Amino acid sequence: MSALAAVLAALVLAGPALASERHPTLGDLESEVMCPTCKTTLDQSNAPIANRIRAFISARIAAGDTKSEIKDKLVLQFGEAVLAAPPKHGFNLLAWVLPFVGVGIGAIVLALLAWRWSRARSPGAAAAGAPLEPELERRVDEELARFEA
Amino acid sequence: MARPVKLGLQAASVALVAGLLALLIYKLATDRTSAATGPAPNFTLPRLDADGHLQLASLRGQAVVLNFWASWCNPCKQEAPELQAAAQRWAGKDVVVLGIDAQDFSGDAKSFMRKYKVRYPVVRDGSGQVVGKYGVEGFPETFFVDRQGRIVGDHVQGPVSRDVLERNIRRALES
Repeated sequence: MSALAAVLAALVLAGPALASERHPTLGDLESEVMCPTCKTTLDQSNAPIANRIRAFISARIAAGDTKSEIKDKLVLQFGEAVLAAPPKHGFNLLAWVLPFVGVGIGAIVLALLAWRWSRARSPGAAAAGAPLEPELERRVDEELARFEA
Repeated sequence: MARPVKLGLQAASVALVAGLLALLIYKLATDRTSAATGPAPNFTLPRLDADGHLQLASLRGQAVVLNFWASWCNPCKQEAPELQAAAQRWAGKDVVVLGIDAQDFSGDAKSFMRKYKVRYPVVRDGSGQVVGKYGVEGFPETFFVDRQGRIVGDHVQGPVSRDVLERNIRRALES
């Protein structure tokens, strides 16, 4: 039952993404493409080259290109730096993988620290501490006996 | 945690931070080196005016007027006739005017070259890598390279005039 729900949820979420891939709008691409001279996304730039790229995207949408096809054509003209998100292959894959690796390492370190902390606080661990020296133990006993008297 | 393991982890952390710092310094040093003086950074780029590629080092022995431009840049339209005239005046005299079209659509650049009758060699730096190597901050910008491949004379930011071209070409030829 839960598997069916997961599949349905994935389909519901994939629908808009698939529609955006097949029939992109200028707005979809403006946030995913960089202005080469101003180093911001297109939707934040009015530079001449940003306006020219917007016109190119509109023309390619009208010609029926998919989002990937338009991005490929822009990469051919301006290099991969024109994409706001790095591609998921080659060296650029590190940019996608490293944050998850960092979160994983952080979680392991936190788990280790929590485990050590819980061990240090357990009664068994406290009882298992080093025994007192005989002289010191004798003095503690004497002090306690005097205190109780 | 055992002391050797702890020391090892600390050493690895320090090495990681030092490595990332070194990468950052390398990136800053190689990407944004201003080339206003010293050896002109070499490059090999595809030609727009012909088939094949052109390497700057292949022009050693000649003075080179290195002009960065883009078709969407209005001052570039203003200076294009001056550069073409200089290319004609200095033809056959060990002077090459070389255009570098950057951050531009290749179709737009070719239209520009037809419209403004650009006949000198033009290469294309679509991704802007060479723009970064020369520290170019806007278009147009012009550098002058002497026969030994060194940047000499004025670093012109904005449209270049006939007087500036003549003075700097002579200097590039003589140095």
